[in-house]
Amino acid sequence: MNRRYFLALTAGAAFAMVAAAPFAATAADPIKIANVIELSGAGATVGTNWRDGLTLAFEEINAAGGLLGQSVEVLNYDTQTDAPTSRAMVQKAIDDGAYVILGPIYSGTVKVNMLVAQQNGVPQLTGAEAPFITGMGNPYIFRTSFGAQQSMPKLAKYLSEKAGTKTVAVAWSNDDFGKGGRDSFVAEMEKHGIQVVADISSEVGQADFAADVVKLKGSGAEAIFVYLHEEESARLLKEIRKQDVKQAIFGETTLMNQKVIDLAGDAVNGVRGHVGLTADAPVPGIEDFVKKFEAKYKYKPDHNAIKAYTGAYAVKFVTNKIGKADRQAFADALHNLTITPAEEPGILMETSWDDKGEINRESFLVEVVDGKQKVIETLPKL
Amino acid sequence: MTEFIQLLISGLATGSIYALAAIGFTLLWQASQTINFAQGEFVMLPAFFVLAGMHFLGLGFGPAILLALVASLLILGLTFKRVIIDPLLPHGVLPVVIATIALGILMKESVKQFYSAEAQPFPALFSERTITVLGAVVSVQDIAVLLISLSAVGLLQFFLTGTKTGRCMQATAQNPAVAEILGVNVKRMILYTFLINAALALLASVLISPIYLAKFNNGETLGLIAFIAAIVGGFNQIRGAIAGGLLIGVIDNLAAAYVSAQYRSAIPLILLIIIILIRPQGLLGKAEGRTV
Repeated sequence: MNRRYFLALTAGAAFAMVAAAPFAATAADPIKIANVIELSGAGATVGTNWRDGLTLAFEEINAAGGLLGQSVEVLNYDTQTDAPTSRAMVQKAIDDGAYVILGPIYSGTVKVNMLVAQQNGVPQLTGAEAPFITGMGNPYIFRTSFGAQQSMPKLAKYLSEKAGTKTVAVAWSNDDFGKGGRDSFVAEMEKHGIQVVADISSEVGQADFAADVVKLKGSGAEAIFVYLHEEESARLLKEIRKQDVKQAIFGETTLMNQKVIDLAGDAVNGVRGHVGLTADAPVPGIEDFVKKFEAKYKYKPDHNAIKAYTGAYAVKFVTNKIGKADRQAFADALHNLTITPAEEPGILMETSWDDKGEINRESFLVEVVDGKQKVIETLPKL
Repeated sequence: MTEFIQLLISGLATGSIYALAAIGFTLLWQASQTINFAQGEFVMLPAFFVLAGMHFLGLGFGPAILLALVASLLILGLTFKRVIIDPLLPHGVLPVVIATIALGILMKESVKQFYSAEAQPFPALFSERTITVLGAVVSVQDIAVLLISLSAVGLLQFFLTGTKTGRCMQATAQNPAVAEILGVNVKRMILYTFLINAALALLASVLISPIYLAKFNNGETLGLIAFIAAIVGGFNQIRGAIAGGLLIGVIDNLAAAYVSAQYRSAIPLILLIIIILIRPQGLLGKAEGRTV
């Protein structure tokens, strides 16, 4: 070996070692999972539930040996419920070496940050429910809950066939989440021949709902459909109680959320609607999860905690299935996949994802009675 | 018509709480030519004193309010004056303004850090029953809020005009140098003003938190609306702050119902611009001259 050849070989080997270093994870290195979520700002309520559900899941997963024999490190990033911040946090998570991103929940922030994850080929399991999330051709986005376009037909069928509603007033949040839900709901009302007689939007963070409720009450509608975030839902329901509104109140998931029940107290009793997930579901897996969650965090989880928990176990199942922590292989494997509780108990209910990342599973019609969700009917998978 | 009456009463109730916060701006301006940009956070914080008393010390709602009153007087009254206003005021109004903006951020972030970033349920002082007034269904809570706020303002006016201490405070506000020559303890009168502001902030907090829920960032909206109300009504007159608060409460409700819900938050700002253009001293304020 001459000197020049030796130097070239040494330099080449050194370069290869340096280049490979970031990706050469050993068995001792943890697999990094990014939790990009609303921990402050308007979405703190939902984000806190999500974080706690996710933390519980990965603590269990680590206690059971982790993923592929490696421990999981959950990195938390606060979006502050702000779209530009969420985008920066997703970029930071990717720079920090995240294998998969979970969150955020607010559709308006997901719309902005999912493009960053897509450009970097990082799978993202979101809690967002606006229809457009899975309609943008992003092969790396997956839901952990129903999109509004899937849940509204179920609710519309109930309003039309069971409740016999002919006219309805709609109160919705003037953001991507609310607009998507409102559009889906109104379209379904037209299909079922139910007339929308009042269409009232409100702002995220709005505190005073007196005028909104006066208009809803005066609309003459037989029923009021509310599609707001949790805190605004609670304020609206308190105002509805204050103004002695007699119409039936319906909602989709957030309105019957445990946090709304905690904040609005008696004002939420009698509210009915459709929920994709509920801590009160008569499902053994969910009942066990709720017990564990309450023992650890001393409060009752809402659907966001269940979304995060099942999302974490979907990550576990898929990673074990593909046998490596590979982003592209993960995204490919999760499309058109069904996970049953028999295969992975942490998934809680049989859950399927289609080729767009849309989720499908059983759901529930509930009524709030004495401050608790009471399941009226379990609805089959679509 | 019933709809209008409901909106009017509801707007007056909310507006009367804005007025309590707006009076704080007026009082501090009169006493020390100070603008407290943490006034919104001053209204937000006492609700968390009450909740902390209930949840951490196990107190009932009433004792927790008394505890919050003491904490508000000490922290938002005495400490605020001694630690921030007294050292900075000799350097002019601008350092005070910057300091109170920083104080507001500190208070907000502290509540978020040490209590919670989530909205908290807050007990209501009054029944959730409703009564019918001229065909309109009106909540007992709205009427009680309106009566309590206006009673508090009435008591304050009586104190300021009908008692010796109150007149000394007015003298201090009008001309501290002359008041001191006449034997008024100016420093004590200014301290009383800060304590009254703290007590009014507590009252506003206890009245509004059952409706808005207690949350760390409630002060952002409340502070802005109270500031606008004080300017619209007249920054140097308590009756102006009352008028401004009530006016904005009612206009906000009527605008949301009859104009546009989307632009409701812009309506008070439009009103502010109109008032500044037409009557810079505010609806009930007095024009002030200043030597430059």
